[in-house]
Amino acid sequence: MSRNAFLNGDEAVAYGVKRSRPNVVAAYPITPQTITVEKISSFVQNGELDCEYMHVESEHSAMACSIGASSVGARTFTATSSQGLLYMAECLPYASGARLPIVMMNANRALATPWNIYGDQMDVMFLLNSGWVQIFVEDAQEALDMTIQSFKIAEHESVMAPVMINLDGFVLTHTYEKVNIPSQEAVDQFLPTFLGAHHMMNDEMPMSMCISAGNQHNMEFKIKQHRDLLRALEIIETIDSEFESQFGRGYGGALEGYKHEDAEVILVTTGSVTGTARVVVDRLRAEGKRVGLVKLRVVRPFPVEKLMELVKNAKTIGIVDKNISFGYEGTLYTNVNSAFVQSGIKKETYNFIGGIGGRDITKDDIHEMYENLQLASAGEQIDAVTYYNVRCTL
Amino acid sequence: MTINKSIQLNARNITSDEYFYGHKACGGCGESLALRLALKVLGEEAYLSLPAGCMAAVSFIYPNMAFKNNAIITPFASTAAVATGVAAGLKALHKDHLSVAFAGDGGTADIGIQALSGAIDRGEKFIYICTDNEAYMNTGIQKSGLTPFGASTTTTPAGKVIRGNIKPKKNMFEIVAAHGIKYAATASVGYLEDFMNKVQKAKEADGPAYIHVFSPCPTGWGHESDQTIALAKEVVDNGLWYLAEYENGRFRLNKKPDLSNDVRPYLKGQARFRHLKDEDIENIEALRGEKWAQMLAEWQ
Repeated sequence: MSRNAFLNGDEAVAYGVKRSRPNVVAAYPITPQTITVEKISSFVQNGELDCEYMHVESEHSAMACSIGASSVGARTFTATSSQGLLYMAECLPYASGARLPIVMMNANRALATPWNIYGDQMDVMFLLNSGWVQIFVEDAQEALDMTIQSFKIAEHESVMAPVMINLDGFVLTHTYEKVNIPSQEAVDQFLPTFLGAHHMMNDEMPMSMCISAGNQHNMEFKIKQHRDLLRALEIIETIDSEFESQFGRGYGGALEGYKHEDAEVILVTTGSVTGTARVVVDRLRAEGKRVGLVKLRVVRPFPVEKLMELVKNAKTIGIVDKNISFGYEGTLYTNVNSAFVQSGIKKETYNFIGGIGGRDITKDDIHEMYENLQLASAGEQIDAVTYYNVRCTL
Repeated sequence: MTINKSIQLNARNITSDEYFYGHKACGGCGESLALRLALKVLGEEAYLSLPAGCMAAVSFIYPNMAFKNNAIITPFASTAAVATGVAAGLKALHKDHLSVAFAGDGGTADIGIQALSGAIDRGEKFIYICTDNEAYMNTGIQKSGLTPFGASTTTTPAGKVIRGNIKPKKNMFEIVAAHGIKYAATASVGYLEDFMNKVQKAKEADGPAYIHVFSPCPTGWGHESDQTIALAKEVVDNGLWYLAEYENGRFRLNKKPDLSNDVRPYLKGQARFRHLKDEDIENIEALRGEKWAQMLAEWQ
């Protein structure tokens, strides 16, 4: 039987991990990821989860141990955040290039310097090019459900790529919500035991892994990896549909639209700020404003076609970035703009940068974003990139 | 391959099977010899982890794979971490195979020391073999933490003011032993039976085991490729390297050299030491004297 519990985002991930029955968990503590690894440890130490828990001495070793475990076909989970993610960064392309289906939670947190422990999305943006599937979740339920889905995505024979699930630090990792924990039997049915794959180390046909390939072959390996990651979009959609038909909760695959069909202006969001934006959309809709929302759930592979489909009726698009690519603009803005160029579709797009270092993005901020989009839609000149809630002169 | 514990391994009873062949190591490479013979003891069921370095560069170039065993290249800093991850994965999947790490001196004593410390501390069974050729050879002979005093490398050249490397080798064997590891040993490719039997002991250890094997590099040291074994013997016989074990919390010396042996023939046989002046050689002898005074006093 499934049951309801009062969980924060970190705990929800831990329950998702428990239900996914990993063989190995290797982790190093870092705020605000700690509750996840504490909870998983308690499952292991209380005999509720049968897995090898590795107390590693660093994030670099957390990922390296995960690579070792996954390379023999063990279902493997780890979790990190911020500087920890950057410390293990060197290992991430080993995992993706060797086609290892590791699942990792990343608690999105500000980077140095000045550093703090609060949430923004600067950390993950460094690693968009690492070959990992990048998923962003909005609430604790989605965090639990996507943890389970992530193993199925990663281990799918056509994907064979590691998956990173991103949760906004504190706003999501430490906020309690009512969460439904599916039964073990139901999850076992959805996510069968992982049996390894032919390219992994095994007794029947010994393998050499994480090989070197010279300039005669190297590019082909990379192109095939890239092509498979692009194709993963379709599998992500299918797995979400399967999950919905079994558990009654679906998330729209790579993107989810909210009141977007007839919207004149649309805001594109990732992660927990989406929940705040939904409230503002409802409020503005009540005033008769044609505003909508698109929640970007999967940033790698980037869902170009589906994004175009969801925003096709809108005139003006705003992209919320909780990161800055120093010297340019918000990273998601660059990505979304490129999707329009690739598709040959012209739309007015604007970048709203906020939430850096854990600063709130409030309902009023989002209200203002929509107002600005409407002004732009009406032909007024607004800046391409706007910074919200900044207390210094720009 | 199963080896009866009571039999001492030697050239007559070691398997003629090969697990590491067709690789591109230089002629006279001490490190590849250590790997080849260790694998004869470990057998084909051992899962191997090696960092990017000489041994990876000579054996994992697509499409030519030189290991008969399962093997994985690790991020440079993480040989021991990957190897223990492999061990954890195998254990979780109820597969009873050894996980064995091979890394050079830089991969062990410098960039990999943190991961090695963590791995030994976790206490799970795995074997780590450090093939020490006393510099970063794959990148072109740069100084590592295990480069000996006086050696000329491309980052410690024999300059007009500073003549080669000014620091003695890190005490890697003792650093490892300080973890209270189940079994640790030093070895040399000059004494291969000793090395093979230490690998066998590592295999039987009930927990992490570490072997530090002295492995000459003709390319990096500037000696003839047929002198590898002779130099690796001589360095033990003149006391500049030592054969020892750490077991059940105690150190033991396996061989006591004659410390009156002249170190000059060993040093002068290698281009990396040719620039040394008498005062440098006296310093090398003094370092040897200090080390042996400590070992003889504490490790009996």
